[in-house]
Amino acid sequence: MSIRPLLEARAIAKYFGGVKALHDVSLTIAEGEIYGLIGPNGAGKTTFFNVLTGLYRPDGGELIFAGDKLQASAPHKAARRGIARTFQNIRLFGNMSAMENVMVGRHVRTRAGVLGAVLHNRKTVAEEAAIRRRAEELLHYVDIADRADDLAKHLSYGDQRRLEIARALATDPKLLALDEPAAGMNGAETGELRLLIEGIRKDGVTVLLIEHDVKLVMGLCDHVAVLDYGQKICEDVPAVVQKDPRVIEAYLGGELA
Amino acid sequence: MDIFVQQIINGLVLGSIYALVALGYTMVYGIMGLINFAHGEVVMIGAMVAITVIKLLADSGLPGVVIVLIGLFAAAVACMAVGFTIERVAYRPLRKAPKLAPLITAIGVSIVLQNVAMLVWGRNYHSFPPILPTSQHEILGATITSLQVAIVLIAALTMAGLMLLVHRTRLGRAMRATSENPAIAQLMGVDIDRIISLTFVIGSALAALAGLMVSANYSIAHYYMGFILGLKAFTAAVLGGIGNLAGAMLGGILLGLIESLGAGYIGDLTGGFLGSHYQDVFAFFVLICVLVFRPSGLVGEKVAERA
Repeated sequence: MSIRPLLEARAIAKYFGGVKALHDVSLTIAEGEIYGLIGPNGAGKTTFFNVLTGLYRPDGGELIFAGDKLQASAPHKAARRGIARTFQNIRLFGNMSAMENVMVGRHVRTRAGVLGAVLHNRKTVAEEAAIRRRAEELLHYVDIADRADDLAKHLSYGDQRRLEIARALATDPKLLALDEPAAGMNGAETGELRLLIEGIRKDGVTVLLIEHDVKLVMGLCDHVAVLDYGQKICEDVPAVVQKDPRVIEAYLGGELA
Repeated sequence: MDIFVQQIINGLVLGSIYALVALGYTMVYGIMGLINFAHGEVVMIGAMVAITVIKLLADSGLPGVVIVLIGLFAAAVACMAVGFTIERVAYRPLRKAPKLAPLITAIGVSIVLQNVAMLVWGRNYHSFPPILPTSQHEILGATITSLQVAIVLIAALTMAGLMLLVHRTRLGRAMRATSENPAIAQLMGVDIDRIISLTFVIGSALAALAGLMVSANYSIAHYYMGFILGLKAFTAAVLGGIGNLAGAMLGGILLGLIESLGAGYIGDLTGGFLGSHYQDVFAFFVLICVLVFRPSGLVGEKVAERA
């Protein structure tokens, strides 16, 4: 396991009124690993994702990404730095085609602006072709190339989850944060998802995974952190987390045994 | 029959102009859910700047078409600057305010622009210098001028260009993504402040073109012209389904036709009791009907989906 940290969260805090959604949460994700974030509903997992991707401004602490501090509350800058995510409740651009959704994901890595759009010069045309090519590759990668021209809202639930992953990958992330990607999937679909996530890691992308499917998390992740009431109660390799009495007590009950 | 054809032609010309202006309303609404009631004044400023520049150059000996193009360029630059500034100064600080605040601000901006225009250009009507060729063509017993042909063609080409921009370019994709979900668009690296600014700038450029067309077609411009024109273009956008580009174009053309035909036949229909100067009635009758019977417009999505 590589020791170089890709993401260091230092004492992250986020409060909503009196509710401590996140309190003093520190964790370290190493480059190239699959890192699981688990905990009961309302434990603060999605809040952490929102802070990480700049959708929420944290009330305390800091995030160090690839050696530099992440600027709080600037989603398009987080994307530029190499952080991409999917959502628990799928948030695609429903009235755009699957292909276009992925093409929007390329936005952060491309340049053409007003002048390019109006002049339609050679550089712009070449860039647009490259965007399309990459989007096609990614649709193949997540295995929904045959749905490229369908509107995102017309895709099946499982395909929408895959499309969200393809769109996130289109931003060339160093860190891909997946928020409950297996939610609502059957056993076979979850198996395919697992292969997909392993493939993504093999291609050099670090994965941060929020998931309720404990078997998937324990089988897939190199490290797991457990949140409960906004605080980290445990962080270790799955085998240790599984046996940690605090974890069993606080959240998972007998489910892990 | 020839009256009918004539009114169809007039309606197409008027409708092309409405469509250009309606696009400005609908683009801004699509991206940020705001009715920019100041948009009509941007059209007026486009007309005023164009006429001012064209008057200055009228005796320069340049060909009329070249002078008009220079006037259009000046109007476009002025309108884009005005549109950009309005968004920056009046709407951006209210981005997170309740919807009513920017709406009332828009009405305020509209009044401010009217009054500034009155101070700059005075209360008088400004006439469009007769520098364009005035050849007329006969079609099915009706007359159409070269200018009218040019208006319809240029409007159609401009709108086709806009559709290509929105549906075939990286910028257009970013605009559509922002319109569907600004927060998620940001996660894809889209700088939504920039996209919103650009939307205002593009809408204002279309307004400048429309302003020039109106003043050339009616040979006149006035500091107050933006008000009623803006309301009608807004009606056209609502008729088509506000937020929808194709809807704005369709709504504009339809409204132009309805108004023209209405004005052409209202005298006959009421036995001479009401004359063609009642043509404004039709636009607002259409607006009321759409709002009552089909608030989502002809091609718009259901209102509930947008909320």
